[in-house]
Amino acid sequence: MRVRALTLRICRQFIRDKRTLALLFVAPLFILTLVYFIFGGSGSPPKIGAVGLPNAIVSGLEASADVVDYGSWDEALEDLRGQDLDAVLALRSGKPALLLEGSDPSRSRAVLLAVSALQRQSASQALQPEISYLHGKAGMSSFDSFGPVMIGFFSFFFVFLLAGVAFLRERTTGTMERLLATPIRRQEVVLGYLCGFGVFALAQAALIACFAVYVLGMYMTGSIWLILLVNLLLTLTALTLGTLLSAFAGSEFQIIQFVPIVIVPQAFFSGLFPLDGMSPWLHKLTYLMPLYYGGDALRGIMIRGEGFGGIAADIAVLVVFSLSFAALNVVALRKQRAI
Amino acid sequence: MTRIVNSGMGDGGGRMSDAGEPAIDLERVGRSFDGRSILKDVNLRIGRGELFGLLGPSGSGKSTLIKLIAGIDKPEGGRIRVLGRQVPSLALLSNIGYMAQSDALYGELSAKENLQFFGAMFKLPGARLAERLEAALSTVGLSSDAGKPVARFSGGMKRRLSLAIALLHEPELLILDEPTVGIDPVLRVSIWSSLLALRERGTTILLTTHVMDEADRCDRIGLIREGTLTAVGSPAELKAESGASTIEEAFIRLGGEKR
Ligand SMILES: Nc1ncnc2c1ncn2[C@@H]1O[C@H](COP(=O)(O)OP(=O)(O)OP(=O)(O)O)[C@@H](O)[C@H]1O
Ligand SMILES: [Mg+2]
Repeated sequence: MRVRALTLRICRQFIRDKRTLALLFVAPLFILTLVYFIFGGSGSPPKIGAVGLPNAIVSGLEASADVVDYGSWDEALEDLRGQDLDAVLALRSGKPALLLEGSDPSRSRAVLLAVSALQRQSASQALQPEISYLHGKAGMSSFDSFGPVMIGFFSFFFVFLLAGVAFLRERTTGTMERLLATPIRRQEVVLGYLCGFGVFALAQAALIACFAVYVLGMYMTGSIWLILLVNLLLTLTALTLGTLLSAFAGSEFQIIQFVPIVIVPQAFFSGLFPLDGMSPWLHKLTYLMPLYYGGDALRGIMIRGEGFGGIAADIAVLVVFSLSFAALNVVALRKQRAI
Repeated sequence: MTRIVNSGMGDGGGRMSDAGEPAIDLERVGRSFDGRSILKDVNLRIGRGELFGLLGPSGSGKSTLIKLIAGIDKPEGGRIRVLGRQVPSLALLSNIGYMAQSDALYGELSAKENLQFFGAMFKLPGARLAERLEAALSTVGLSSDAGKPVARFSGGMKRRLSLAIALLHEPELLILDEPTVGIDPVLRVSIWSSLLALRERGTTILLTTHVMDEADRCDRIGLIREGTLTAVGSPAELKAESGASTIEEAFIRLGGEKR
């Protein structure tokens, strides 16, 4: 009864706070759409300056690059310096020479890809491998690859902030003290918060996931229900962590200070960036990051189509995270009331 | 002094009618914040059905003492027993109605929703809740504003709603921290008559106040100064003891000199 009343109260407060509601539901969609437009395309083809190349090579290059013909090396170099070109390809003393602009690795890669495609064309047909994909598909954009992690990240980030601030505000406005002057148990408080925020966290997770998959067309082969499950667990972790850390903050501003300490490192370790090159002991830090497990599971489901069995370990870890944070929350409330 | 406790209300955990013990029994209670001693060695007994007023200058430790009794805060030393039970105790909290000095209300919710929420915390069943809700709202004169969001309430309206919440579950012990601050004289009279009526029905009331005519209406008052109870007695006793004609004078005379 108490948990239900607390859940109802949180829902009512939330629904009447239109701006926060918008932050929870509209902001992630907005950012996701931005990310989609930035990373969703395969990028514009590289621009390569050709100096004295035979026609066959130029037309071969044109399959995957914009080719501009130049009369002399110096002219082409001029434009390369002015960043109008990504690379210059020339025949110098009979051998092809490629000069890359080089300030943007992704552009350089695109140039190298175009040039290597050219080399493949000239090789004998018999040696051409047949290319197929175990997971994903040809022309999968980087949005498809790190999109699943972004979905998890948004759920985590916004719920962490909102729950942290909401819990803190209860403390600073005295309503927590007032609430604890009633016979409610500490675990009922935490449970009520879990349920109240859980409702919105789940709705948010569903909205983000559906938007990404059905509107933005993010690559997805697995079950949407599993995505929702993982997202829910991730947001519950964020919720319990946020409320727990709010016990160590004295103001909303201090909650914001947790963002660079708690949220940003998680983003780094979540799988948005490859971590293989990192020193092994530092790499172990990933095991402490809830977002790593969430991102791993979401990727597994969306890209590799994994079923429950494939992500059970991630799910188990997230459950353990949520439960232990929740338990710590119950303990931290002792600071407010001894029993 | 002990009054007969009105039992048999059958609410929540049931009335704790161990009428033999005083409603509040403090023994050598102390509390300090950051190494600064705020309450020192407070001994106090308040009988069942008594209306007890706590008076003292600002910062003297009234709210601190009240929170200790309400079981929200923990003393560093000493023993607190309330309604025959050791504090803190969850079961005890169902028999206490607490009103904090600063209003702690949910601004997004209406007055009625605030009351419903706290009613649920005390596990009041639906029919009783509806009936108590009406009664509490009319006691504080908020019946016509029940549907308004609390964020749009005036200061006095919030104060009254806080009082209504404390009264909602008909607790055996009412602990009110400056209940009438910011409430207009007409309403104050009616709230006081409600408090007196509650006392007649056996409710023990502990309140703090800065208003001398309110202190005059208490059965007994305690003067607190810099964390020490300097005098306890009925208004008449305190006036006689200090040779003052008004409680205000007694307050000023007894406040500092003793000890
Ligand atoms: N949580 C706290 N941390 C540190 N000091 C505190 C805390 N609560 C109260 N104090 C200190 O304890 C002293 C007594 O405070 P208290 O609120 O009990 O005063 P009061 O008698 O209720 O005053 P008023 O009439 O103004 O309400 C004050 O000096 C205050 O600074
Ligand atoms: Mg006070």
